[in-house]
Amino acid sequence: MATPKLNPLYKFQFEKAQDAFVLLYPEGMITLNGSAGEIIQMVNGQRDVDTIISELVAKFPDVEGIDKDIHEFLDHAHEKKWIKYVE
Amino acid sequence: MSSKPVLKTDVKNPLWLLAELTYDCPLHCPYCSNPVQMSERKDECDTETWKKVLSEAREMGAVQLGFSGGEPLLRKDLEALVAHASELGFYTNLITSGIGLTEKRIKGLKEAGLDHIQLSFQAANADENDLIGNKRHSFEQKLAVAKLVKQYDYPMVLNFCLTRQNIDKIADVLALSCELGGDFVELATVQYYGWAYLNRDHLLPTKEQLVAAEATVNRFRDTQGDDEPKFIFVTPDYYETRPKACMNGWATTFLTVTPDGSALPCHSAKILPLTFPNVKESSLEKIWHEDFSFNKFRGLDWLPSPCRDCDEKEKDFGGCRCQAFMLTGDMHKTDPVCDKSPDHYLIQAAIAKSKQPRENLFYRDPKTDIPVHLIQE
Ligand code: SF4
Ligand code: SF4
Repeated sequence: MATPKLNPLYKFQFEKAQDAFVLLYPEGMITLNGSAGEIIQMVNGQRDVDTIISELVAKFPDVEGIDKDIHEFLDHAHEKKWIKYVE
Repeated sequence: MSSKPVLKTDVKNPLWLLAELTYDCPLHCPYCSNPVQMSERKDECDTETWKKVLSEAREMGAVQLGFSGGEPLLRKDLEALVAHASELGFYTNLITSGIGLTEKRIKGLKEAGLDHIQLSFQAANADENDLIGNKRHSFEQKLAVAKLVKQYDYPMVLNFCLTRQNIDKIADVLALSCELGGDFVELATVQYYGWAYLNRDHLLPTKEQLVAAEATVNRFRDTQGDDEPKFIFVTPDYYETRPKACMNGWATTFLTVTPDGSALPCHSAKILPLTFPNVKESSLEKIWHEDFSFNKFRGLDWLPSPCRDCDEKEKDFGGCRCQAFMLTGDMHKTDPVCDKSPDHYLIQAAIAKSKQPRENLFYRDPKTDIPVHLIQE
């Protein structure tokens, strides 16, 4: 099962001023929305995608179609090179 | 805070702080954006003042921090300032020529929490690099530094300033960038501020050179693998018909503090006929929200004609105040880069004039005797 980790080029942190999670990189910043922030927060090079999904389903039991959202976002994040998959 | 008389309520706080620690530099690039009349080292802010500035900026929500200059490595307290900044939660960028970046320092900076190093080159070969920076063996040192940056696992941005002198060899720049393993590479055609404005007639590439260089970069991009550097090509606005949205709008996002503590909405604004506040005398909060100069060109209310009635004003805010001032002598005017500006002919005249430079090329050097009319121009 694929296990994502953060691309070391990016630094992930919560920004009080933005009231959001952000990805920082040389001279730039990407502000993540609420759900994107929750997902990236789970990415640590240890949890595989299934684990991320089951933990987020447990955390947000009322959100429908959460697994599809997570897959979509991870695809996007991979394409943008924010994350990589551990071999 | 009980009362803030001149506070504009819709003002966003800065996200970006550029800390110009010193104007001193071992190199002498003729395109340096530092002011032609540089303040002296004895006026530089001390460590405590810088720490105060960093704390205040972070408190306001700034998150990106650039340490630049001059050459910031000349400050012995750089490591201490980086440590303070990263404790505050800044993303810290070191913008350096690489001269003086020994293994000891690169290691110390890593331990202090430095996030990224941007290394500048003057050209992709030793002869031209050392000639443009006017320092022997500097290319060699830069190559060694690039290796160390990778070895210590920093994200590495390479910066090449492109001028008429080196732009035709852009293919070599692309090859060297791949060899060194840069993550991002800025191919920055020089913008004409500071020493670069003084030397503009020599530095401005021709339109043909630019087109050819951009085509080379685009062709190269098409053949690139996934892990190769991302190239960012910056064109000089002299060949554009719309100005850049300078600094994302005056005092909206960026804050620069110069070596002597002047706070500016942009790193070149010191040339404007305005009195800028100093961080030694006032808090950043107060400066950002209440200072006359910071409010002067904020928003769209101040816009001159033809910008006032233009439907593109939200895009570029009338362009760059420094460029308007340098070219027309009036900082309130539309940036002459815009072809709707009645002053646009000044840009065309500058391009024509650059074909036959009449003055000498000056190296950046505080001791250079610069003809007075060039300073006043
Ligand atoms: S442009 Fe050249 S002279 Fe100016 S600060 Fe950078 S390295 Fe030094
Ligand atoms: S007229 Fe002013 S607002 Fe309109 S495009 Fe030109 S610079 Fe921008």
